[in-house]
Amino acid sequence: MTAMAGTVFLQTTNFTDAAYIVAFALMIYGMTGLTGPRTAVRGNKTAAVGMTIAVIATLLRKGEFHGSSTVWLILLGVAIGTAIGIPAARRVKMTAMPQMVAIFNGVGGGAVALIAWVEFRHQFGGGWPLRVEIFELFGAIVGSISFWGSNIAFGKLQEILPGRPIKLPGRGQSALNLGLFVIAVASAVVLASGTHSQALFILGILVVAALLGNMLVLPIGGADMPVVISLLNAFTGLSAAATGVALSNPAMIVAGMIVGASGTILTNLMAKAMNRSVPAIVAGGFGGAVAAPAGAAGATGGTVRSTSAQDVAIQLAYARLVVIAPGYGMAVAQAQHAVRELQRELEAKGVEVKYAIHPVAGRMPGHMNVLLAEANVPYELLREMDEINPEFPRTDVTLVIGANDVTNPAAKNEPGSPIYGMPILEVDKSAAVVVLKRSMASGFAGIDNPLFYEPKTSLLFGDAKASVAEITAEVKAL
Amino acid sequence: MDSLVIDLAVLVLAGFVGYTVISKVPNTLHTPLMSGTNAIHGIVVLGGLLLMAESSGVLEKVVLVIAVAFGTINVIGGFLVTDRMLEMFKGKERPKPADPEAGEKPE
Repeated sequence: MTAMAGTVFLQTTNFTDAAYIVAFALMIYGMTGLTGPRTAVRGNKTAAVGMTIAVIATLLRKGEFHGSSTVWLILLGVAIGTAIGIPAARRVKMTAMPQMVAIFNGVGGGAVALIAWVEFRHQFGGGWPLRVEIFELFGAIVGSISFWGSNIAFGKLQEILPGRPIKLPGRGQSALNLGLFVIAVASAVVLASGTHSQALFILGILVVAALLGNMLVLPIGGADMPVVISLLNAFTGLSAAATGVALSNPAMIVAGMIVGASGTILTNLMAKAMNRSVPAIVAGGFGGAVAAPAGAAGATGGTVRSTSAQDVAIQLAYARLVVIAPGYGMAVAQAQHAVRELQRELEAKGVEVKYAIHPVAGRMPGHMNVLLAEANVPYELLREMDEINPEFPRTDVTLVIGANDVTNPAAKNEPGSPIYGMPILEVDKSAAVVVLKRSMASGFAGIDNPLFYEPKTSLLFGDAKASVAEITAEVKAL
Repeated sequence: MDSLVIDLAVLVLAGFVGYTVISKVPNTLHTPLMSGTNAIHGIVVLGGLLLMAESSGVLEKVVLVIAVAFGTINVIGGFLVTDRMLEMFKGKERPKPADPEAGEKPE
């Protein structure tokens, strides 16, 4: 914007900037649309239109496409991205959505890091102002962390990597992370202050930040992954905004910063729902096989009561109020349609059915809502945690489908438990609890659940979808 | 005013706008929101486009093609996935109280 040389160039720049203003206005307007389910689809499309305008305006601004290779290279990049992005987005199952968001976020961060690298190679020594360089280096570090961190998050959710935390013993991990962070920042300072071996240093920064991204996410347990993805989403947004400042590009600044702000809010909301602080999550440890506390509580070794589909059907069909508490198990088994069937059958028998939705059930906030909406479960049957908890004492049967940690009474009763203090669905207050589970393996957080050993709890083992279908058939037969 | 000062002002204001707009989103829409904002930070693709014309050397061009491809995946994938998620909510939200099935689309 500073270099307004000729009249023609000025006009072009003005046009581009005007188009950018239209573009980010559309994006912001689109985001306001996301505040209500009815306007959300339109909102998303509006934001997409804004993005398209920003891209076209940028291409027009580079009207100087003199080297014909530039056009082809851009087309090549866009073609590759389209060829990968469209099928990935179309084919992904609703249950695998969190991984998909993680990987899309990751490539965004990767793009920031790569752009920063090229910019740096290109501009270094060209007398760039120090302060602009600072934003660029920020983008390089944070973008790289986001890329590698998101890949690890993807690996954990896709179960390529183990969900449990992988970390150095004791405080070693924190020390290592701190060390890497210091190296990254120190290299950035050295670079910005104009050392000669710049090419090596920028690569060094990217590599150290890459290591840091891996090291930050590896020690975090699977249960905390939604918070991590949200945090990395905010990171990518901030790094995009920083690149925008470095390039003095208003569209990038505004769009990146909005994402940075929203990601931060969302991260806080999610952490709050789990009664954990973001720094504690990043410090790692929780959400994995935390051996001592669970064993010490003496919950293990109790006996569980397993039941049959027929018994469950009878229990449910003669209840007045049945609450269904779904979790990740419902998602992996793709059981949402079967659950809807069961709900309809029960309603036909005069049973009142409600769904209890824990804010972090599944792998992302709203994960259960999306799945149940897919299965056409009426929106008004879905109750949020605060709304449904007072209803459990008058609930006859609670059907827990593949949810574990979010129903674990240890969060309320055992101060030694790693999830102590996390708000839960108080299913243990209902008259009877039926838990559908694949096996006695503990939940994603790796913590034993005393709920399973309570006398009023019975367990039905097997794939959630098959179990629900069986129960539905039995209810029909009654 | 210095252009950097203007840019920083825009940055700060955008942060507040983002905060205000987004803190009103209901829990139910958090996943689509995360996915939608995820698509929006694909705006970095602009950086790739801008630099492509100025780049020189094979290495820079290769890196930028990858960057543009990454950015494109981010944008296109992000918006499509969000759209798929949101389509599920469409029309089902707040059906007429008398008939809970009224708003449903046959699928």
